[in-house]
This record gives sequence, C-alpha cells and structure tokens, in this order.
Amino acid sequence: MIVDRRVLPHLDWACVAALLALMTIGVVSIYSAKWDFVHQAPGREFWKQLYAVGISLVVFAVCLLVDYRSLTQRSLIFYGALIALLLYVSFFGVIRNGSRRWIPLGGFDFQPSEFARVVVALVLAAYFAGAQRLSKSMREIAFGALFLAAPLLLIYRQPDLGTSVTLIPVFLGVVLLGGMRMKWLAIAALVALVLAWPAYRFVLSDYQRGRIQTFVNPDLDPRGDAYQQRQATITVGSGGLFGKGFGGATQAGGYGFLPEAHNDFVFSGLAEEHGFLGVLVALLLYLFVILRGLEAAKLAKDRLGAYLVIGILSGFAFQVVYNITMSAGLAPVKGLTLPLMSYGGSSLMATLAGFGLILNVRMRRFTN
Amino acid sequence: MLTSANFEDRQSFALRLMVLRIAAIVLFTLIAVAFWKIQVLDHQRYEQLAERQHLRTLPLRAPRGILYDRNGKVLVRNTYSFTIALVREQSANINEAVRRLAAATGVDEVRMGEIVANAKKRRDPLYRPIPLIEHATMAQVAAVTARQVDLPEIVVQQLPTREYPEGGMAAHLFGYVSEINEAQLQRPEFSELQVGAMIGQAGLEKTYNALLQGKDGKRMVAVNSRGREIEKLGEQDPVDGDRLQLTVDADLQKAMEDSFRASGYSGAGALLDPRTGEILALSSLPSYDPNAFASGLDAAAYNRLNNDPLKPFTNRVIQGTYSPGSSFKILMSTAALEEGVITPDTKVFCPGYYDFGGRRFKCSRQDGAGHGVVDVRHALEVSCNVFFYNIGAKMNIDTIHAYAEKMGLTGKTGVDLPNERDSLVPSTEWKRRVYKQDWYPGETISVSIGQGAVNVTPLALATMISTVANGGTLITPHILKAVDQGTGWVSAGAAPVRSQFFMKPDNLQAIRDGLWMVVNGAGTGGNARVLGRDVAGKTGTAQLIGNEAKKATQGKTDLDLRDNGFFVFFAPRDNPEISGIIYAEHGLHGSNAALIAHHVIETYFAKKDGHPLPVLPPPTTVKGGGQ
Repeated sequence: MIVDRRVLPHLDWACVAALLALMTIGVVSIYSAKWDFVHQAPGREFWKQLYAVGISLVVFAVCLLVDYRSLTQRSLIFYGALIALLLYVSFFGVIRNGSRRWIPLGGFDFQPSEFARVVVALVLAAYFAGAQRLSKSMREIAFGALFLAAPLLLIYRQPDLGTSVTLIPVFLGVVLLGGMRMKWLAIAALVALVLAWPAYRFVLSDYQRGRIQTFVNPDLDPRGDAYQQRQATITVGSGGLFGKGFGGATQAGGYGFLPEAHNDFVFSGLAEEHGFLGVLVALLLYLFVILRGLEAAKLAKDRLGAYLVIGILSGFAFQVVYNITMSAGLAPVKGLTLPLMSYGGSSLMATLAGFGLILNVRMRRFTN
Repeated sequence: MLTSANFEDRQSFALRLMVLRIAAIVLFTLIAVAFWKIQVLDHQRYEQLAERQHLRTLPLRAPRGILYDRNGKVLVRNTYSFTIALVREQSANINEAVRRLAAATGVDEVRMGEIVANAKKRRDPLYRPIPLIEHATMAQVAAVTARQVDLPEIVVQQLPTREYPEGGMAAHLFGYVSEINEAQLQRPEFSELQVGAMIGQAGLEKTYNALLQGKDGKRMVAVNSRGREIEKLGEQDPVDGDRLQLTVDADLQKAMEDSFRASGYSGAGALLDPRTGEILALSSLPSYDPNAFASGLDAAAYNRLNNDPLKPFTNRVIQGTYSPGSSFKILMSTAALEEGVITPDTKVFCPGYYDFGGRRFKCSRQDGAGHGVVDVRHALEVSCNVFFYNIGAKMNIDTIHAYAEKMGLTGKTGVDLPNERDSLVPSTEWKRRVYKQDWYPGETISVSIGQGAVNVTPLALATMISTVANGGTLITPHILKAVDQGTGWVSAGAAPVRSQFFMKPDNLQAIRDGLWMVVNGAGTGGNARVLGRDVAGKTGTAQLIGNEAKKATQGKTDLDLRDNGFFVFFAPRDNPEISGIIYAEHGLHGSNAALIAHHVIETYFAKKDGHPLPVLPPPTTVKGGGQ
C-alpha cells in the first residue's frame, strides 16, 4: 500500500489534537478512578490503557494512510471477517459478567463487536455509493438493512444490547444522508413507537426491564439496579462547578461508591474531579470532533467518502451522547463505553480506526 | 470509479449536514444545561449525599479524670474496652446484619434488635454507630473482624471505660457513670454531648462531672462503599478529664468497710477531720459494684438492685434520715450549758423515771432503777434520760433548734455529693408550717433524748460531733482536695465554715469529759476504746417500734424491726484529729456501732504513727448489749 505524500498537508491536525486531548483526559480519569489506595500506586488498568493508546495510534495511522477507496472495495472481506469473529465469539468467547463478548489474547481481551460499527459503515458506504443505488427506494434501504441485521443480532445475543443498538445510528446516518425521504423516517419512528411496548414486554430480558423501571423510579431499589444510576447523579452533582480536584474523587475513586468509574462511567468521574468546567471542556472537545467530522463529510470528494464518514460519525455521536447522558443518571444504565475516554483497548482501537477513516476521507478530498 | 459528475446531489447533502450540525450543537447544549443543573444548581444537595456516604465522624471518647486518694493512691481509673456497633446507613438489611452478628458473637439477637429499634425510635442519625455489644470479649471482636466482608455495617470501637479497682469499695462516694439519658440531653450543661456519651450519675462522678468528663475528640475518616475505613481525614484529640485528689484515705476507707463487713451489719459511716471538714472515709452498705454500670448494666440487673428492699443505691450517709437516739444528748448538753440552763456542776436526781404532763417517761436502765444524782458528765456517760428530760423541760424548742443549726443538724451539710437529704430538728415555726399547729412543751421532752420529730442524716450527726471536737466551728464536710487540670495540682481550697460559736472552755471540757467517760468509763461506748488515744464518743439506740408493739408483731412480719445503733466519736479528747459516725442499721445498740468504729480509729492512729495497720480479728457475732 503506497501512501501518497501529497495528501499529508491536508490532514485535519486540529481534529487529531482534539482526539489526543480526549484520550489524555480519559487516561487521566482512569488513573484517578483506579488509584490503588493499598499500594499507593495507579492500578493496572491505567497501564493497560496506556498500551492501548499506543496500539490505537498505530491503527489510526494505518486507517488514515491507506486510501479509503481501497478499503471500501474490500469492505465485504472485512464484513465477512467480522461475522466470522462474532460467530467465533458466540461459541468460544469468554464469559464475563454473564455475557460472551471477548476473545482472550494473552492478558488482553479482544472485543470484536466494538469494530462492528466501522465495518458496517464501510460496507454500507460501499453499498449505497454504488452508481445506481440511491437510497431513495425502499427496496435499496431494506437490502442495506440486511448488512446491519446480521451483526446486530449476533451482538444482541451475546447479550450486549448497548453495543448492538449503536449499529442502528450507523445505518440511519448513511440512509439519511443518502437521501431517504423524511416521510419514511417519520413512518419508521412511528412503527418503532408502536413496537416499543411489545419489545419491552417480550424482547427485553428481566434485567433490562429492571434497569428501565428503576430509571423511571430510582427509589424502587436503592441498593440494587438503581444504585449505579443514583450514584452517578451524586457523583456528578457533588463535583460542583470546579470539581474536587485531581485525585479528590470520593465517589468515583478508590472508595468505590460508583462502580465502573474507569469504564462506562468514566465521564462521571471526570465530572466529579473537574467539575462543570471540566465537563464543559470535554463536551466542547467531543462537539468539535463531531463538527469536524460533519465537515469532512461535506468536503468529501465522493458520495462513498461522505457515507463512510457519516456512518462512522453517527455511531460515535450516538454513543457519546448516550453515555454522557447516562453518566449523569439521566438515561437508563446500559453497558456502553464512552469512546476515547473509557477503559478498553478494543473500543479505543475501533474508535481511532473510525477517525482514521474520517480524516482519511477529508485528507483525500483533492485526489483522484 | 466515482466521479464528481454523479455527485450531483451535493446541495441536498449540504442541507442535511447542516441539519445534523445544528442537531449536534443543540444536543450538546442540552447536555451542558443538564450538567449545569446537576452540578451547579443542585450541587449542595449532591455534595451532602456524597459526604454522608463516605465521611464518618467517629467520636473519640475522652478518658475521664482519674481519682486519687489524699496520699496519691489511684482510686478510680480508666481501662479500654471494645464496643461492637452497627452503622445503619451502611446496612442493606439491618435485621440480617443483627442475625449474622448474633450468630458470630453468641449475643442474643432479640436484645440487639431492641437496641436498634430504640435507636430508630430516638431518631438517631443513620450514620451514628449503635452500640450493640459493649465490653465485647476478644473472641467476639475477632469473630466480627474476621467477618468484616459479610458485616460491612458493623464497626468495632475502642472506648475508655471507667474502672473502680476495688469493686464495691466506696461505691456511694465515687458514684457511677452511665450513658446519658434523654432528659439529661435536654439540659444546658450537657448541650455539647450526644447520645451515647457517658456521664456521672451519682456520687463524685456526678458532682464533679464537668471536671471529670473532659472533652471528647473526634476522628473524621473516609470509608469506602463497604464501610471500611480508607483514609483518616482529620483528628481532634480528646482532652482528658481533670484529675482529682480526694480527701479520702484509701486505708481508712478500707478499714471502715472491712469493719462493717466483719460486723455483718448494713449501715453508714463517715470519718472526718474536725479541724477542716475533710472526709477521710465514707461508706454506705449494702453497696453495689459501680463497674457494672460502666460495662452497661442490663435492665434486669438494674431493676434487681433498684427494687432490693435493702436499697443498695441509697447512700445512707446523706440520703438516709434516722432518729438519732441518745447521740442527740450531745446537742442538748451543749445548748443547755451554753444557754446557762445548767452549769457543768448542775446536779439532777434520777429516780429512774420522769413525770411530765401526767405521763411517766422511763430512764434508760433496763432494770428500771435510777442513776441517782448525776451531773452533765455522768449523764452523758450513762446516758441518763431523766437528766435530759429535766433540762429539756426548762428549754424552749426553738433554742434547741438554734443549736441544732449551729451544729449542723438541720438542713443539708453541704457535702460535695449529690442528692443530700435535709436533716430535721423541729421548731415551733416548723410545726406551724407543716402541721398548722402550735408546739406542745411535752414534745420537747421526747426531742431532748433524740426522739420525736428529730430525723437526721448520719453525716449531719458527724458534723455535730465535729463541732464539739473543734470547739464550736461548723465545718462543711467535703471530699475534693485538689484538682489537676493538666497544669499541676491546685488545691481546691478550704471548704467554707458555715458558722462558728465559741463554746466556753468549761462547758466544752465537761462535754468532752462526759464523752470520754462513755468510752473509757462506765459508759456504753467501751467497744471503741483504743489504749492511749482518749477516744470520746456517744452511742445512740433508736427504736423503730415500741417495746410492746415489738412483742405484738413478733414473728408476724418480715420487716426487720431491730433497733438502729449509732456511735458518734472523736479522738483524741483534748486535741481531736478525727471525728465521725458509725450507723449500724438494725444494729440493736450503739455499742455495736462503737465496735465497728474501733477498727477505724485504731487504723487511723497506727497509720499516723507509721505502725503496721491493724488486722481485723475474725468476725464476731455481736448480740444484744445493755442500754
């Protein structure tokens, strides 16, 4: 694979800086959340995340430098690999917390589902960018949805409702930009609304229903399901305007009142230690990254690039918004990481792969 | 290959991207507003919730001040004990926690459940540890510590606890400490205290509680979600209570109690220095073990003590009032001599009876014979009732009352012990106030031998005899000698002299001679004689019931109706250093009280001269005795 040196000056350095800043905030938050009071040292999660950052930057560079068109041409290969990995996981993956999501790779658990968003974005972009395939016909959209359905079901059955759901905005982003009529979207929304009750009743498992119930009424069980949600709000609220200072967390730190403070609830810990001002900085960075992404879609040389960017960006934005909302106790608790900040190598790698592609598209806007 | 030609819908692209951009900005703004609401507007509420979760303020109980005797011997000190407590806030299931704790320690689950229920009823804050097992054994502490993971709501606290090394010795003098009750919590002097604080509830512990209790410190710690202490955030050391030196002499205190126990009688005793009012020993029997209170006396044990017919909680020295019997004759002699009703040489003939107002009053001899011609010295020596009937008939009750006041037999002595009762010697004013009647002269006859309405505490009698011993100074009996507030011993100062009158030397000598003869002559106090020490004293025997009634009720009642015996004394006669009283409850006769006093007096002089302290002869059962 040959890298065309002429494209490098068009790299969006501002966006890269924002990504690095967010990752740094994440690493620092993990450092604080997993501080080991017994040994007075950072926990091993901190060091693992540092390695993950290093590896992810390599992945980022690869995804940035290889022309995205050569990748979309091979999107079905990636898609096949994804499905194979997900199938492998569903039979041989390791079970943690009652869910089969991981392939152990010697001290490091690889989570294929985290890469589903990028791969689905690739395959959908390639599919809808085909010359005659304007996503204006219902048939095209339905056919495209099949690409979505397979990984979605496989991930859902792990079970991992949160990650599987993040594939839907990837699809919606692509078809929306592809020109799907707003009327259809409205109809889809209506259908979703009608199906919500039966889905709640028959599709969701007991613990999922429990989380929704306790979200609506947290006092139902103050030590059980609602505990995390309630603690999340206390954590965020106790941070105040300026926060408790670095290492000053009493909720998210080693005291352990807020579980998963290095992982799904990393943003709560940030809010606690660095207050509303810290939250504002992180929010602005995320918004900046998203707006730069939208700009990349706008600047894209071709429909393929635009679809690819919007697919990746939609999944990313959905996950960021949902996680941050959840981290303040404002949404039901779902096992959903915060991209760029949460602990987890697979998540970070997949996210940076995605942004590598987004910047890839933007960087190559003048090439043929 | 795609070309820009088939990218013709770029315009619609731009529009849709603009919509998404606006949507993203609006969404992030909403999120920011939501965080503003939680983090800035509602900050205080969440901050409190967070603090309540991880901050614990544990009281550090201040050790109470140590009590020393006059020679520096430790009388009351502190020991450390473990308390196992439950923090409700940390508990997901309190009943389950109590059940597990019961299983781990073998303590009754129901009882611990009641303690928790009481705390709930009191509306104790959720974070305050509820002590479930006080004075836990090491095995219980180990059992709880080992199960810390299963019992995150259980904490083990180490607390200083009062220790009375000699058990029941001087229990009424020291008093006891126990947990502050709800009514006490409302009082201004305890405004700084919280539920669970220990305060003095009786005796010196109560009188000097403010000095002794010190100031509790506190320890602020951070605990994790399992209730385990992670970090110490701050500590305020407790300030020890002030050390107190008492006027009490541990050896004399012990001698008095040993002597009582040897006699087998209940009762009360006080030994004073008549020159200063310092109390050298003070006992009341039966006693109780104040250690039991410090270790959390249970309700059943408390009720058993409280309902005991022998009333072990009553400090008989200041809370029991009795008819003093013949010991009152000392006051009568003093009043009559000082008022000039008689002189030391005035003689009265005792035929064995005295007729007054158509009634015949008998003298003290059991055989009914008279004492013949007696002066005040001999009247005291043989306790001649007729002599005192005669002078009583010549005296106004209010004069007697006035001397009772001068010698400390009315009202309170002012000793630094709580809940002292008033002593009573009647007066016309008193009778008018209480009975709305005039005083009948005949009543003075009964009063003149310490009967009738006369009702005094043993300590009041001790001040009376001290007044004779020191020649007319009414001292205030007191126990506090010096205080060390951490900056060295400071004398508590002399207790105030309540009043003073200077007895004429001849009168004083006559009384002292008479009292000396009681012990060293033909009198009833021979049991208290100590060779070469010139002990002077007076017995008193007070009937609880008349002789005829006694016969009538014989075997028909469980009540102990045996006479009370008193012995008031001082020594040596001419330059008294000690004075005191022994009250032997149902002791039949004052001579039995004198026997109890003997060992105390002997011990005092042996110690003073640096001789080995006397050892009490094996207990002898004293029965009967002449009147």
